[in-house]
Amino acid sequence: MSRFPAVEAVSYGLAHAPDLVRYGSKPAREIGRDPGRQREIDDHLRSFEEASRYLPNRVFLGAAHPSALNRVSRPWWDATPDSEPDGTPLGRMLSQNGLYGLLRCCDQFGLIQLEKETAQQAHECLAREKLLPEARLSPLEASGVQLPDTHVGGFARLPLYREGTRVGTFKGDHESDETLQPSVLLENLATKATALQATMELLRLNPEVEPGSIDYVINTGEEAVGDRYQRGGGNLAKAVAEMAGLERATGSDLKAFCCGPMHGFLMAAALVKSGVFGRVLVVGGGSLAKLGMKSSAHLKADMPILEDVLAGFAFLVGTGDGSQPVIRLDAVGKHDVRCKSSAQGIAEALTSEPLGRLGLRLQDIDKYAVELHNPEVTVPAGSGDVPATIYRVIGSLAVMRGEISRDQLTDFTQAKGMLGFSPTQGHVASAIPFLGHAWRGIRKGELKNTLLIGKGSLFLGRMTQMSDGVSLLIEQP
Amino acid sequence: MDLKDKKVIVIGERDGVPAPSLQLCAEAAGARVILAMNQCFV
Repeated sequence: MSRFPAVEAVSYGLAHAPDLVRYGSKPAREIGRDPGRQREIDDHLRSFEEASRYLPNRVFLGAAHPSALNRVSRPWWDATPDSEPDGTPLGRMLSQNGLYGLLRCCDQFGLIQLEKETAQQAHECLAREKLLPEARLSPLEASGVQLPDTHVGGFARLPLYREGTRVGTFKGDHESDETLQPSVLLENLATKATALQATMELLRLNPEVEPGSIDYVINTGEEAVGDRYQRGGGNLAKAVAEMAGLERATGSDLKAFCCGPMHGFLMAAALVKSGVFGRVLVVGGGSLAKLGMKSSAHLKADMPILEDVLAGFAFLVGTGDGSQPVIRLDAVGKHDVRCKSSAQGIAEALTSEPLGRLGLRLQDIDKYAVELHNPEVTVPAGSGDVPATIYRVIGSLAVMRGEISRDQLTDFTQAKGMLGFSPTQGHVASAIPFLGHAWRGIRKGELKNTLLIGKGSLFLGRMTQMSDGVSLLIEQP
Repeated sequence: MDLKDKKVIVIGERDGVPAPSLQLCAEAAGARVILAMNQCFV
């Protein structure tokens, strides 16, 4: 192995879930207050075709480069498709039927029931996409029984819809355990299914990666899998490994809010570097709770509800083949407890300080991958353009350090940054959406390096007022 | 704006200016910060 571990493969997945938007945290609360809101939401949902051709989604899946976003004026949701043909994607978008089927295949406890036609279509979709081996699709063959009422045997059932028609149900598994209510279990199963989707894409796109060669899986999603005695007990990682046929792997979940993927990346690299494991897979599934999170603003602006997809990623860290980007473990950036809480203090801890250890300046980085939330989702809600804000802070740091003049700030942020394109799926948006592009660019010689920066809002859990951050430098081997 | 002896509620943002920094500024200007919290908008 070279001095440092390598990123051996990267993949992504999106699953179109318009009829699950109603179960996102914000829409569910609003519908609870005003049932008429459901109709408004239904009227602003996108078709699968519309979501598929949406440029930020194509960039997320690796079919288009982030630079394509600069060539298309906003609103992107209403834009004429870019004339440039899509490149080879690093993943695909699954239809809602396919997602329902994937949920059924991932369900080992009889939680989800689908009506016959939906089960058949889901089977056809998953077989056509070759997302799972045929043998894994057998639960869909057994589906198609009469759908039960919404309350059977004391367990509440969530109805599953397709364009307003009930096509399935999802039940809880304990009458009084809040963590096993259908809304929680659906959230957890959706994360499992979409983390699996990205994992299967990684294995499909990289046939040289033997499933049995993966030793360990780190799940970095934020969902809390558990029961009443251990909320968030975890190990969705092993559940994904089982479904993906990673027979020699075990795993664990790593929790750090949106910074989880970067912590997972760091742990994976350390496990490989130490020789404990040869190959470690890092995964993150989608966040059902964040579907429609900014939908109120989208409805107010009479624009489509853009948070209608579940997103997932998977990337493999190993010893590398000599052509793959390496992870500089001698330049890990971390937001220490002692770190100043100012924007400048955080930026220094995650950029100039670790780069300084290698004798690098901020200008020496080709691209910074930060929280890549799609601004078209957040700006109408008054939540600002998250990546633009972070790039401005990094650029300002370069000005303060005398690397560039104040007049060069905009040029710096445009050259070193990018427009946001990730679905606002919490941990998913945290730097990792650019990893696939960086992986390709570095291998092709178009990029020499990328600094990935993740941040987490720890204060949301009410255990500390602190936030968190980790950065990792990847570069040509 | 004169903040001296004014009661101030501080709402900071993880990716912008965090609450503790805003609190220090407000207090330096003579304000009394009665609540300081961070928010995450994504």
